[in-house]
Amino acid sequence: MSAVVKLANVHKSFGSNKVLDGVSFEVGRGEVAAVIGQSGSGKSTALRCINALETIEGGTIEVCGHAVHDKALDRRNLRRDVGIVFQSYNLFPHLTVEQNIMLAPTCVKALSKQKARDLAHEVLARVGLGEKAGHYPEQLSGGQQQRVAIARSLAMQPKLMLFDEVTSALDPQLTGEVLKVMEDLARGGMTMILVTHEMAFARKVASKVVYMHKGKVWETGPGSMLDKPTTPELADFVGSGL
Amino acid sequence: MTYQFDFAALLPYWHEFLQGALLTLQLSAIATVLGFILGTLCAIGRADGPRWVRFLVATYVEVIRNTPLLVQVFIVYFGIATLGFHVGADMAAVIALVVNVGAYTSEIVRAGLESVHKSQLEAADCLGLSRTQIYWHVVLRPAIERVYPALTSQYVLLMLASSITSQISAEELTAVANRIQSDTFRSFETYIVVGVIYLALSFIVRIGLWLFGLVVFVRRRKLGTAL
Ligand SMILES: Nc1ncnc2c1ncn2[C@@H]1O[C@H](COP(=O)(O)OP(=O)(O)OP(=O)(O)O)[C@@H](O)[C@H]1O
Ligand SMILES: [Mg+2]
Repeated sequence: MSAVVKLANVHKSFGSNKVLDGVSFEVGRGEVAAVIGQSGSGKSTALRCINALETIEGGTIEVCGHAVHDKALDRRNLRRDVGIVFQSYNLFPHLTVEQNIMLAPTCVKALSKQKARDLAHEVLARVGLGEKAGHYPEQLSGGQQQRVAIARSLAMQPKLMLFDEVTSALDPQLTGEVLKVMEDLARGGMTMILVTHEMAFARKVASKVVYMHKGKVWETGPGSMLDKPTTPELADFVGSGL
Repeated sequence: MTYQFDFAALLPYWHEFLQGALLTLQLSAIATVLGFILGTLCAIGRADGPRWVRFLVATYVEVIRNTPLLVQVFIVYFGIATLGFHVGADMAAVIALVVNVGAYTSEIVRAGLESVHKSQLEAADCLGLSRTQIYWHVVLRPAIERVYPALTSQYVLLMLASSITSQISAEELTAVANRIQSDTFRSFETYIVVGVIYLALSFIVRIGLWLFGLVVFVRRRKLGTAL
């Protein structure tokens, strides 16, 4: 019972399109799991199911002790434990960087403005953007915006962080600065699940790689599994990705 | 054919013109604030409410948009009296104007709400905000910012349209003018003066809403983006 996340035989369809076809995997405390696979293989959907952004038709999902598959799930309780960062940043454009970060701690945890501000500066320092507190999102580069989005999640002190292709919209240099922040997080012991196309990063940082194919977990193992795939599909995928 | 203008004949009435103009401003200001609140609630109800709320709002909006304001004013005025309540003409005028402008506001704000991307709601939801908090902190300000010019025009129109309430003898600017022209027989001059006053009032309303926008939409002010 040390697993932070445990999916067991999860099924999910959109209409007649079977997107998750019996997905099972576990992520332990402090583990970094990289979910990889072709476009359309169900990676984002799996991540969204973990955060109760989608409802599932079969199987069970347990996240930080919450039964996510349960109809009676209190989503807001789950949200206190899980942070998610999206490919498109989704910062609130009318709020400054600092206000973006302060919003959830003041609204959800009822922190005072001053405490929330201190917290905002602390997490901003962690992502290397201490001096941008008063800026508006549109004044920042994509990489900076994504780091603010990560900081915004961190401010809620989640036990689990989910990342869905958070560098896919960025050029290589900006990708590097975001990945560095994520690597620091991993080293700090954060439990993370990241959907990514950055194979080198997965190999280096992930303690577990989950290869999804056609809505199934096709292969799973440590980062080194990418060097000696056992299925031809993964071999193909790794080969084409290089 | 030469017409002898005699604006001097109106001079003794300047105080009444002023009173009328002030009442017009007052009626419109109250109707704007209440109409904005009503319209925004309706827009949210229509976007996110249960089916019966959506139906109710849609019906209200269509009825108001497809009947003349003058008829609405009469219905409110006589309706209230028939129900046994005693409210003055000014009060009836305000109620009618609120009902009217609330419907138009709800359509404008609805467009604003639709312009806020679903991913914004999702991000706020994932941070643990409640639905009310999401509307208040994440959705409303950008939504209203985007349709603010349309709202401004609507509220200037409202101020001009309030002249119709002279028909139930609310003592606003047009009603005052009607009385003065029948006292003085200087109809042409009276309505020219009133026209100029309305122009000035429109200007005041626009400036007022512009200043309000500067206060509320801080980012626009700081980054210098025009509304
Ligand atoms: N909201 C939705 N409604 C209908 N179909 C959807 C929805 N979301 C995803 N799908 C479908 O589910 C399938 C899997 O989508 P998903 O986004 O999980 O793939 P992915 O592995 O994340 O792909 P990518 O690498 O392109 O992001 C796709 O066929 C997609 O069209
Ligand atoms: Mg995806």
